[in-house]
Amino acid sequence: MPTSAQGRAKPRGRSLPSRILPRLDRREVVAVFAGGALGTLLRAALSEAFPHSATSWPWPTFVVNVVAAFLLGYFVTRLQERLPLSSYRRPLLGTGLCGGLSTFSTMQVELLKMIDAGVYGLALGYAAASIAAGYLAIHIATAAVRRVWVPR
Amino acid sequence: MNAVVWAGVILIGGCGSVLRFIVDGAVGARLGREFPFGTLAVNVSGAMILGLITGLALGSDEALLAGTAAVGSYTTFSTWMLETQRLAEERQNRSATLNVVVSLVLGVAAAALGRLIGVHV
Repeated sequence: MPTSAQGRAKPRGRSLPSRILPRLDRREVVAVFAGGALGTLLRAALSEAFPHSATSWPWPTFVVNVVAAFLLGYFVTRLQERLPLSSYRRPLLGTGLCGGLSTFSTMQVELLKMIDAGVYGLALGYAAASIAAGYLAIHIATAAVRRVWVPR
Repeated sequence: MNAVVWAGVILIGGCGSVLRFIVDGAVGARLGREFPFGTLAVNVSGAMILGLITGLALGSDEALLAGTAAVGSYTTFSTWMLETQRLAEERQNRSATLNVVVSLVLGVAAAALGRLIGVHV
């Protein structure tokens, strides 16, 4: 093939970034950035507005995570199964907005602090409730999209 | 807390999300997409970095920018749950359970390790 032959003939060959990052689309990157910026702003504003101690239920993280899970289930199901292919909606709404709004690391550090404080019941309850509610939110959003858009 | 800090939250949040997109894609391209290794890699590495930041005991603005904005946006709970639910939907119950348990165990362990490093730096 002429393209691959040309590619190999180039003195520098494929650059390191292009080997590590296959098919990185600039439009997708911009969409992820914009969605992620908005999601992060919302999450940061909530966490600053409602500070909590290590031994109390982390409502800000819990709420953004479950809400983001519901939205992601809704967006992804609708975009994959209902709407025509779009190059920027999933990166903007899913990877960006929902990914930026939700957080895994904060939850882990909150769990760690609960374990330090010896409130094991709270840690167990928080982990179990987050996972159960997050999973259920995805399930309900997915089922809702499928039911509404395909009448049986 | 001022406008500059919040502008920083927005910019850093966007960058953290893009970094997650890149790392997830790169790991997925290498290890395959049968199991969500990309999200696992992002979340466990992010938990370790946030643990480290916690150990450093930064000021409130620095903690907001480095922790809440940068690492918070880099990691994701929603995709972790989506991938778990989709695995279960395809009756890959073992993978779905593993995805929950391994992420959680490695996540807390990584946060603890990161904090240990942060405290002793």
